[in-house]
Amino acid sequence: METAMDLTGWAFWLPLIWAVLIALAVFFYVCMDGFDLGIGILFPFMREKAERDVAVNSVAPVWDGNETWLVLGGGGLLAVFPLAYAVVLPALYMPLIIMLLGLIFRGVAFEMRFRAENETQQLWWDRAFSWGSMVAAFTQGIALGAFVQGIEVRGRAYAGGWWDWLTPFSVLTGVALVVGYGMLGACWLLWKTEGPLHRRAVRLAWPFALGTVAAIALVSAIMPFLQPSFAERWLTFPHLLYALPVPVLVAFLVWRFFHALSRDTGQGGMADAWPFIIALGLFALSYAGLGVSMWPMIVPSAFTIWQAAAPPSSQAFLLVGAAVLIPIILAYTGYVYWLFRGKVTSESGYH
Amino acid sequence: MIEALLPSALDLARFQFAFVVVWHFLFPAFTIGLASYLAVLEGLWLWTGKAVYIDTFRYWLKVFAVAFAMGVVSGLVMSYQFGTNWSVLSDKAGPVIGPLMGYEVLTAFFLEAGFLGVMLFGLDRVGKGLHMLATSLVAAGTFFSAFWILSVNSWMHTPQGHVVTPDGRFLPDDWWAIIFNPSFPYRLAHTVTGAYLTTALIVGAVGAWHLLRERRGAPAVRDAGMDTGTGGAAAAQPFAPGSLVDGGATPDHPAPGSAGADRGEEASERGPNPRAKLMFSMAMWMLLFVAPLQAVLGDLHGTNTYEHQPAKVAAMEGHFETERGAPSIIFGIPDPEQERTRMALEIPNLASLYLTHDWNGEVRGLKDIPREYWPTNIPLVFFAFRVMVGLGLLMIGLGLAGGIMRLRGRLYSAPWLLRAAVAMGPAGLVAVTAGWIVTEAGRQPFTVYGVLRTADSVSPIALPAVATSLAAFVVVYFLVFGAGIWFLFKLFSQTPRPHEGAPPQGQPIRSAGITPAPSISAGAARPGPGTSGAAPQPAE
Repeated sequence: METAMDLTGWAFWLPLIWAVLIALAVFFYVCMDGFDLGIGILFPFMREKAERDVAVNSVAPVWDGNETWLVLGGGGLLAVFPLAYAVVLPALYMPLIIMLLGLIFRGVAFEMRFRAENETQQLWWDRAFSWGSMVAAFTQGIALGAFVQGIEVRGRAYAGGWWDWLTPFSVLTGVALVVGYGMLGACWLLWKTEGPLHRRAVRLAWPFALGTVAAIALVSAIMPFLQPSFAERWLTFPHLLYALPVPVLVAFLVWRFFHALSRDTGQGGMADAWPFIIALGLFALSYAGLGVSMWPMIVPSAFTIWQAAAPPSSQAFLLVGAAVLIPIILAYTGYVYWLFRGKVTSESGYH
Repeated sequence: MIEALLPSALDLARFQFAFVVVWHFLFPAFTIGLASYLAVLEGLWLWTGKAVYIDTFRYWLKVFAVAFAMGVVSGLVMSYQFGTNWSVLSDKAGPVIGPLMGYEVLTAFFLEAGFLGVMLFGLDRVGKGLHMLATSLVAAGTFFSAFWILSVNSWMHTPQGHVVTPDGRFLPDDWWAIIFNPSFPYRLAHTVTGAYLTTALIVGAVGAWHLLRERRGAPAVRDAGMDTGTGGAAAAQPFAPGSLVDGGATPDHPAPGSAGADRGEEASERGPNPRAKLMFSMAMWMLLFVAPLQAVLGDLHGTNTYEHQPAKVAAMEGHFETERGAPSIIFGIPDPEQERTRMALEIPNLASLYLTHDWNGEVRGLKDIPREYWPTNIPLVFFAFRVMVGLGLLMIGLGLAGGIMRLRGRLYSAPWLLRAAVAMGPAGLVAVTAGWIVTEAGRQPFTVYGVLRTADSVSPIALPAVATSLAAFVVVYFLVFGAGIWFLFKLFSQTPRPHEGAPPQGQPIRSAGITPAPSISAGAARPGPGTSGAAPQPAE
């Protein structure tokens, strides 16, 4: 931190701006691919092929764009915080490779499951979709947990072992993300579908949301004990005042969420959208809580965002493009979502 | 002793990168050209209103969806390889190559992914003009992607515009010089042209195959009836009413929805399948003009490489001695141990001519270059180069043959030409792969040429970790992409029909416009549209 405070001007602001941008890119990924992956996680609960078809159709036009935020997160890290990229990726070697393999199965199954020629093929592509989604979600959670726990660094390189990522805490965060994505998927489905699938999604949203709340509570309880700086951030006096709103808001959103869920009418309109929006709010708060704990480290217990940053020239060069292009990307992404708005039904598809 | 024979973590990391990047590039090599082809077809349809263009467009759109998805997921792996296996390279060169890849994501990936959904499913949601725009944006996205990633790749071959810090990190100094580094324009032109040729060869092969099949007395149209005809339901309703591709709007494209109309139209088509003819004809035009152009671009690229990476060119040529009036070695076996190319079959002076553009120009051989700059696998560079050039010459030959037969009015009826086109279908993919092997094996043992060695770029990875991940990639890629490619062949084997696969009834949206119906073998196993509540019903 001492060296960080010496920084002035662009050398101070650029890493800050980029940390926020990359954090946002990863958050967009978590939200948007979260409900895509959630649908795969919920596949075992949808026994009718027609239901699974509708569920997949509800995300088919947008999943590719959703996944691109993950590429931006990874690519942005390489461009702007190359040291963090070079340390974190080898540290999370195995979970990340398994995640990529899961995403391969999921992505190709998107295209292939509708083209299966018989029930055996159909079954296997559905499994590829569902298992791929679960594996991707679980390993993303593991990667998150391992990352938060801290990474052993010597010089400018990862110095830990090949199994450091596997701890009870990282398994907990892995399960938490599977359950959390399942909740997002259920909320997306209850918003975007009607009839039996809508009702099934409402029924599924309950246990997955309860599980998510339990996971948030458990992770929050363990977090302060992982690193001294976390405890200081959350449990000592003036910090406590700034941190306190996060758990209070979480509690409020949980209440509103179950309230909205229990009033489900299935009539469409905004009422069906609320559980999804509140679920995103829960993700945002958990993410913010994580951000508060981590700040200003980009590799926990090793590098701050300023220490890991590329030279200002690299950051500025990409920022010019990002400032112009990210609003445009958000605009046309919004347009595509708007284009495919409304309920997806087995009768109509998108027609 | 045994340890010396076993591969090191570095070897396996290199092999892993080679494996995932070769697999990955098969898809963009095809889809870069296919996206442009689709835009051209849709544009021609909007311009002329002729149904044959939109039918052919829809036929290839299905293929594009599958190939593009495989390109996306295999590309995702690439963006993490730099960090997992080449973290030291990322740390040292990240400030230079990272922002360029960032621009690739921002200008290309989002554009492609965002508008792909509209391109595939938005037919009935947006107007024709907007749909054309979506197709064009996807095509533009594939080009932007090639632009940025080839700029990165070229900078690593011909680095400039940077300063190196005392601890060996590359810091950007002049972005213009970095992006437009000396080998970039040549590599971009050569690679994108290669991608266009790859697409043309595949499209031409599919067209030729269907023309051949027709000649063999199996009228394509009747076949199509069987392909799609689970009970005729699908064939009867290849259109979702109200979709953009509202054939009803044009006289060439009668109102959809009636089996009689479709079948009648198909039956009334005289002569060879017009969609197969269109594919074959367009592909032959492309080869006729672009294959020779590619030879010129390749020569320019080679001359540029000779200027900046003479060791690579010497390996490509099999030249160990520096000499004036250097011969071109047609075939031989380069032997780095003995420092000569054995059993060389040579054409005198030719290499001097095309490398120095002087009959007696001096060409540097490997002996004049320090050993530590020699490519690590000279025979691989040498043979891959011959594969690429040989296939390029065959492409020029095929294009010329097509041109001659077109002049004689026998373009669609010369069986030998059609068979040759089918045989050459994969030639583009093979040539592109061979070309990448030449340039990448040829730049070894460096990642950033002349400055950062491959051995100094690798992650501090343990052998078991990289071996395990390599095994997993191999298994998963053959399984998943093998299934995907097998499915592409199924699509190629479907006869291109009039009213090609508009969003069919009873098929979920993602498959809408992709598979007109359950295909031949297993059709009966699956409830046809309209026969079961399990299958979603069309909206009318």
